[in-house]
Amino acid sequence: MAKTLTGVQKKKRGIGWDGKTLKEMRKEITEISKETGHYAGLKTLPFKESDPIRFEKIYSKLRGGVVHARETAKKVAASPIVEQEGELCFSLYTPEADSIVTSTGIIIHVGTMGAAIKFMIENDYEDNPGIADKDIFCNNDNHVGNVHTCDVHTLVPIFWEGEVVGWAGGVTHVIDTGASAPGSMPMGPVQRYDDGYQVTCRKIGQNDVLSKDWLLESTRSVRAVKYWTLDEKTRIAGCHMIRDLVLDVIKEEGVDAYKQFMREIIEDGRRGFVNQVKTMLIPGKYRQASFVDVPFKDLDLPSFAKLNTIIHTPSEITVHKDAQFEIDFEGANRWGWHPFNATPVSITSGIWVMLSQTLVPNDRINDGAYYASKFGIPYGSWFNPDDIRSAHSNTWHALVAAWSPLWRGLSRSYYGRGYLEEVNAGNAHTSNWLMGGGYDQYGQLSAMNSFETSSCGVGASAVQDGISHSAALWNPEGDMGDMEIWEILEPLIFLGRQILPGSGGAGKYRGGNGWQSLRLGWGAEEWTMFVAGAGVMATDCGLMGGYPASAGYRFQANKTNIKERIEKGLPIPLGGDVDPDHPTYEENMDAEVVYRDRQAVSTQEQFGDYDVIMNYLRGGPGFGDPLERNPKQVEEDLNEKYILLRYAEQVYGCVFTEKNGVYTVDLQATEQKRKQIRKERLDRSQPTKEWMKGERKQILNENAAIQVKHMYAQSFALSEKFTNEFKSFWNIPEEWMIYEDDLGVPTLGSRINRFKQKKKQ
Amino acid sequence: MKKVAKYDKKRIAELIDGTLEFYQLKDMMSSHKDPERFEIYREVLQDRVSWDDPILLPYGLHLYIVQKANGDRIVKCDCGHEFCDYKENWKLHARIFVRDTEEKMNEIYPKLMSPDPEWQVIREYYCPGCATQLEVEAVPPWYPIILDFEPDIDTFYNEWIKKPLPTVK
Repeated sequence: MAKTLTGVQKKKRGIGWDGKTLKEMRKEITEISKETGHYAGLKTLPFKESDPIRFEKIYSKLRGGVVHARETAKKVAASPIVEQEGELCFSLYTPEADSIVTSTGIIIHVGTMGAAIKFMIENDYEDNPGIADKDIFCNNDNHVGNVHTCDVHTLVPIFWEGEVVGWAGGVTHVIDTGASAPGSMPMGPVQRYDDGYQVTCRKIGQNDVLSKDWLLESTRSVRAVKYWTLDEKTRIAGCHMIRDLVLDVIKEEGVDAYKQFMREIIEDGRRGFVNQVKTMLIPGKYRQASFVDVPFKDLDLPSFAKLNTIIHTPSEITVHKDAQFEIDFEGANRWGWHPFNATPVSITSGIWVMLSQTLVPNDRINDGAYYASKFGIPYGSWFNPDDIRSAHSNTWHALVAAWSPLWRGLSRSYYGRGYLEEVNAGNAHTSNWLMGGGYDQYGQLSAMNSFETSSCGVGASAVQDGISHSAALWNPEGDMGDMEIWEILEPLIFLGRQILPGSGGAGKYRGGNGWQSLRLGWGAEEWTMFVAGAGVMATDCGLMGGYPASAGYRFQANKTNIKERIEKGLPIPLGGDVDPDHPTYEENMDAEVVYRDRQAVSTQEQFGDYDVIMNYLRGGPGFGDPLERNPKQVEEDLNEKYILLRYAEQVYGCVFTEKNGVYTVDLQATEQKRKQIRKERLDRSQPTKEWMKGERKQILNENAAIQVKHMYAQSFALSEKFTNEFKSFWNIPEEWMIYEDDLGVPTLGSRINRFKQKKKQ
Repeated sequence: MKKVAKYDKKRIAELIDGTLEFYQLKDMMSSHKDPERFEIYREVLQDRVSWDDPILLPYGLHLYIVQKANGDRIVKCDCGHEFCDYKENWKLHARIFVRDTEEKMNEIYPKLMSPDPEWQVIREYYCPGCATQLEVEAVPPWYPIILDFEPDIDTFYNEWIKKPLPTVK
């Protein structure tokens, strides 16, 4: 019988271990890990247990080498996002794409690059286009499991004597990827096809050389080409350093030892995670929820995207008796025509960023923790869309809000066990993202996304205030960057940077404050700008009596008379908008257009010389009742302008005397005032069960804003459990329901709907 | 390599009071956790409350799950106010104040910096006994009151820390 082509292909030796294909290896490792509950079925760790020093030596070499690759390679980049803010990360994988060791930086990409390699394995890249030594692959496809389009991955297979022994992966946050609006996280995209240039796990080079067609196509597809090009060189340099490192380790230790090591280090990571759960948490259930506004009704967008809605993310953490860690997001609402959608990999990978800063604060960040955890991510929700058309360019808008309450949940455990130093009331909604693009002050086609937002306020802990203007939960190393550097790179002059009083949530320990920059357009041509931040909603609660951080707003003025005012020596807007109840910017200029409103996401508008735009970086939530804050700390906050006088008085209950602009707290009067406020609390409040009767009537009468009803209608349509819990809590009759179709808003793409499915049945 | 830390009652009391210097907190954060922390912490808190019900678990700032002589486990404030069984949501037995207008929001936040009450309200839960603000929720109207934490106390004591549950003397 003649040999068929398929038959010949089947007999082709795989590039995995012992002639297996990578697909076969992936299947085996998944199955045995699931069956045994141990990574790769390892019930013991013979290498680690028999020769721990050698085992740790290999680990240290690899970990140190991967961090070194990041630190060295980032010097290749010109992008301030990469070079200044450190928005890059490298990771080393097994042949099947399980992470062994990861660098510092944006470690969310441990999972996303793994997802890309798994995609190649699943789609038989081994046969076509082929995976060979010295190949280079690129991916930034959101639907493969990326976070958003601007996170561009370079992936390099590592071969030893004809066999794949692993993969090196590098990612950078690129300034522009050719979306329908400039900047790395643009507002404007509402479909995948607006999100920019997406590369789906493509082979872009062979023999360590990038293909000419790739270089031409990719550089013609994005703005800010120099940053794109140097970012790519950064990633390749880092991946090749890691490849050399692995080959050196194999030469020294032998390939069999390396293979055994990679299995054991992941199982060791899994065990370490379980151990930490038992050390620091309390078994049980923890519930929380986050909400982010999507105020799109009045934006310049396609009609089907023009609606106001709310992204709803309830979460239930279960710490099981056996220390298995589970997070269920049942009840989350639908994906939508906005750029805030996400993939399951991006939300779960981001959770590791968070856990590595609290629950597992060590350097063993690998896929072991993943194998010790379980996630429930509803299909059709905003972080698991059932439609490839979904846009993801500004996915952080929803992700950071979804993650922050998880910190609060875990903090209830830390609080219960007495690990008060680990308590965190949550995190800032890390925004605003100030973006724009056009021909910059050097006449080059460029784009910007100010990463000043790397420095927002941290949530308060149970023993101290949250750190102000200092950090973002997604990159533990971020800082605000130097104004002088931003001014070199962006056609915007600083008119000030200033702490925003009251932006951190009030509390016994207050949330870290946010801050504001005011920027003046200068030197660009045909430049556009827009803002992207949370606006009308606080994206997290406070903790144990603390208030949420403040919500967002925007300030922008176009066609101002600042030029004339400078020429005449008149005052101009400077610094922050420190008290929006008594604004001063408008007193110091005239402008044809002024936006001072809650529309904290906007689409592109032309931005010229002497136009001004504010960048407001948010604060973190507070911990504990503000009336318990040490009055001396309130005095300090007031004198250092972290809060305004009237809030020091009415929220913190303090009484001051003032001399030459310096406030001194009157402790006795403060004690009396605080007693009075407590009395007023009891007077103005009511028993919760009484209040519930009134709220129930509001629900029965369907009395709420359309965006609120839309949020519930979507969660009801996706989740029977959420619906039942809602109705049970409020004691709502069976026949009561809110349907998306009845709200008079666009419903394009709303396909998964348990009500419609029931009707069909 | 860091050793497993060990702290005395005085140090844990200072931690609770928020009087430790940052370098001391940093050292606590960077060290391996001290396994006996829970017991010392529980003892310090027990010494501070004016009532005798044994604390089973610190449940939140001012709140405890305590053991009653009749076998009940209830949520109790350090002022002595008793809320409900620990399986129930104590917030339903608290007093509530809802900030659902711009005016009420402006008492806490400057203009434009508060949630828009059409989108989101702020619910403040007070202890009926001492009027302490025990929790704050920022949720859209109609949102069910969240039951934040349901601890599995028996597994925690019996299987995780392997200590007997505190009992009424």
